[in-house]
Amino acid sequence: MTAAVEPKDNYLTAGFSLKSWLTTTDHKRIGVLYLLSITFFFLVGGLAAVLFRLELLTPPGDLVSADSYNKLFTLHGIVMVFLFLIPSVPAAFGNFLVPLMIGAKDLAFPKLNLASWYVFVLGGLFALWALLTGGVDTGWTFYTPYSSTYSNTYVSLMAIGIFIAGFSSIFTGLNFIVTIHKMRAPGLTWFRLPLFIWAHYATSLIIVLGTPVLAVAILLVGVERLFGIGIFNPAIGGDPLLFQHLFWFYSHPAVYIMILPSMGVVSEIVACFSRKRIFGYKFVAIASLAIAVYGFLVWGHHMFVSSQSVYAGLIFSFLSFFVAVPSAVKVFNWTATLYKGSIAFDTPMLYAFGFIGLFTIGGLTGLFLATLGLDVHVHDTYFVIAHFHYIMVGGAIMGYLGALHFWWPKMTGRMYTEGWSKFSALIIFIGFNLTFFPQFILGYLGMPRRYHAYSPEFQVYNVLSTAGASILGAGYVIPIIYLLWSLFRGKPAGPNPWGAKGLEWEKTSSPPPVHNFAEIPTVTEEAYNYSGTNEQG
Amino acid sequence: MTETSAHQEDMSWQRETSLLGVWVFLLTEVLFFGGLFTGYAVYRSGYPDIFSEASRHLNVLLGTVNTAVLLTSSLTMAFAVASAQEGKRRPLLIYLFLTIALGLVFLGIKSTEYHHKFVEKLIPGAHFSYSGLSTREVQLFFSFYFVMTGLHALHMIAGIGVLAVLAFLVWRKKLDPSRNALVEGTGLYWHFVDVVWIFLFPLFYLIGLRA
Ligand SMILES: [Cu+2]
Repeated sequence: MTAAVEPKDNYLTAGFSLKSWLTTTDHKRIGVLYLLSITFFFLVGGLAAVLFRLELLTPPGDLVSADSYNKLFTLHGIVMVFLFLIPSVPAAFGNFLVPLMIGAKDLAFPKLNLASWYVFVLGGLFALWALLTGGVDTGWTFYTPYSSTYSNTYVSLMAIGIFIAGFSSIFTGLNFIVTIHKMRAPGLTWFRLPLFIWAHYATSLIIVLGTPVLAVAILLVGVERLFGIGIFNPAIGGDPLLFQHLFWFYSHPAVYIMILPSMGVVSEIVACFSRKRIFGYKFVAIASLAIAVYGFLVWGHHMFVSSQSVYAGLIFSFLSFFVAVPSAVKVFNWTATLYKGSIAFDTPMLYAFGFIGLFTIGGLTGLFLATLGLDVHVHDTYFVIAHFHYIMVGGAIMGYLGALHFWWPKMTGRMYTEGWSKFSALIIFIGFNLTFFPQFILGYLGMPRRYHAYSPEFQVYNVLSTAGASILGAGYVIPIIYLLWSLFRGKPAGPNPWGAKGLEWEKTSSPPPVHNFAEIPTVTEEAYNYSGTNEQG
Repeated sequence: MTETSAHQEDMSWQRETSLLGVWVFLLTEVLFFGGLFTGYAVYRSGYPDIFSEASRHLNVLLGTVNTAVLLTSSLTMAFAVASAQEGKRRPLLIYLFLTIALGLVFLGIKSTEYHHKFVEKLIPGAHFSYSGLSTREVQLFFSFYFVMTGLHALHMIAGIGVLAVLAFLVWRKKLDPSRNALVEGTGLYWHFVDVVWIFLFPLFYLIGLRA
């Protein structure tokens, strides 16, 4: 298992027909299926962004009509949030890695896992159907009464798609929780688990507890449109704000569904490329759970200006500050891990650095928004857009790309080109900041979100932002090319090209065999035991 | 408490794993209905008297009979689980059949109630008509009534479907219920659906009685 040759029998060579892929219950193949499907949706969502960034190049609405503009940003939001970011790291890499990292043959319910992919595809097809027949213009937030009473676009069809896709993430979350509880290898106690696993456990809890509430909110919008049942309808005494409460009860924690798995990725990468155990391992592990729990108590910070009572606002503001603590614990502990580490600047580590810096900016500007008085000023402006793109693109997607580059050799058995991958990581970092940093300024100056025309004094920042977006776009296309190239021409990776710790690196080949391990491994040491000593954490 | 992989083949491990899966699923169901109960709580605290008034348009007798039917079905379901664990095939089949029958009786009574509401034009939407003063909020009450009892009924239909498949497999000897947790897991689900009704019944049928 030491020589850098590709094993002849692995999960990729177990069958080449389309049927062998579409009927597989192998968690690794399902992870690959997810990887391909979400890449498709990422491109769809990205295309919409290209179009509206072009529109915003000039102050008047000249490229697309106001209606089309509304549909474009709605398409971008819905596809990126529900069909890319939510499944991204958990469904692709979590699926692939959770059993490998805990020394199991598969997830607890392999058939349910395959079902989750089919359900995801079905939900995605409904969403695409809604988009192709004419689109939806409510924004990804579906606020009532606009979505329930007034919008004459394909809201019901889209609602059905989101409702169905929700089941796929519930199935995945349920599978992870049961697997992590019941299938750990002998000797793999909770506090020996990789932090990637802790992050996915916390994420799964949020998925299982939050998604049904979104489902019911969307369902009520649907029955209101289809049958005239009017729970959010003010005309019969209903309260449209109830929808916002239900929606954000899910959709604030959903931010953590997107960011926690990437935090898990960063923990793995930082430990590997500084050759050190994560500083304060237990704090980082517990911080994931703390984020999952507190995340459910802060949704009202989206509703400061929605006539929510001042007292509720005060409490939500305070709790939102509080939820920053466990996130900060993670950032400080990663930084402390770097201290006196032997740091290597391989591509995954570049993405991890990107994550730490950009997530910090995104998190801190989140505190601005959680401040009652300041939020009144910047609410519904580009400041909010910049803030959550620093979290979701600067954080979650950096983590996603870090994971892609870190575990690509494990998934495919091949290495990609070092030069190109570092170059594109740099391009993405520059493009990202050029796109979104000007939006902080735009928002602070008062440019509102979701308008297709704006006053001329904002143009210079919008031009910068559009220029940045084109660089960012190029940065996303380059990896697709060199990763595909590596499948055919990349040199064999060998089982552990990074010299990393962890069962997936040390105990199995790249790509792994169908049943993951020749024999179920026994764990005798802490996670990230890079120093070789068996210190207690 | 680490389960070792060496145990991953044995029966008690499989049983525990399946049941943990069912419990996690029920957790999502609690949150699903929880969203609706929250909405109900908000509006009932907003319009307490109108909700009581609207509640008097429901048939308490039929609701009570249905509660009894459903509780009895939980009892037969519990007997079915016990029979499955002891590997007694015939009693298991009988109890599964009784549970399905009671579930169908519940749905039958429920649909006559729905029919009455249809005749009385109390179904929310374009055809809703109500002669009292608070037409709007009464419609709100019936919106919750139909959404919540309707979703409950859909859960019953799904449960009856699963029970029917189980009964068929046991009857054709394609399934040895003592070797897995299928009957037990379905039982947990059935009891959960029952518990939801235990909350729905007083919140819709009984709140009008105290006035
Ligand atoms: Cu939030």
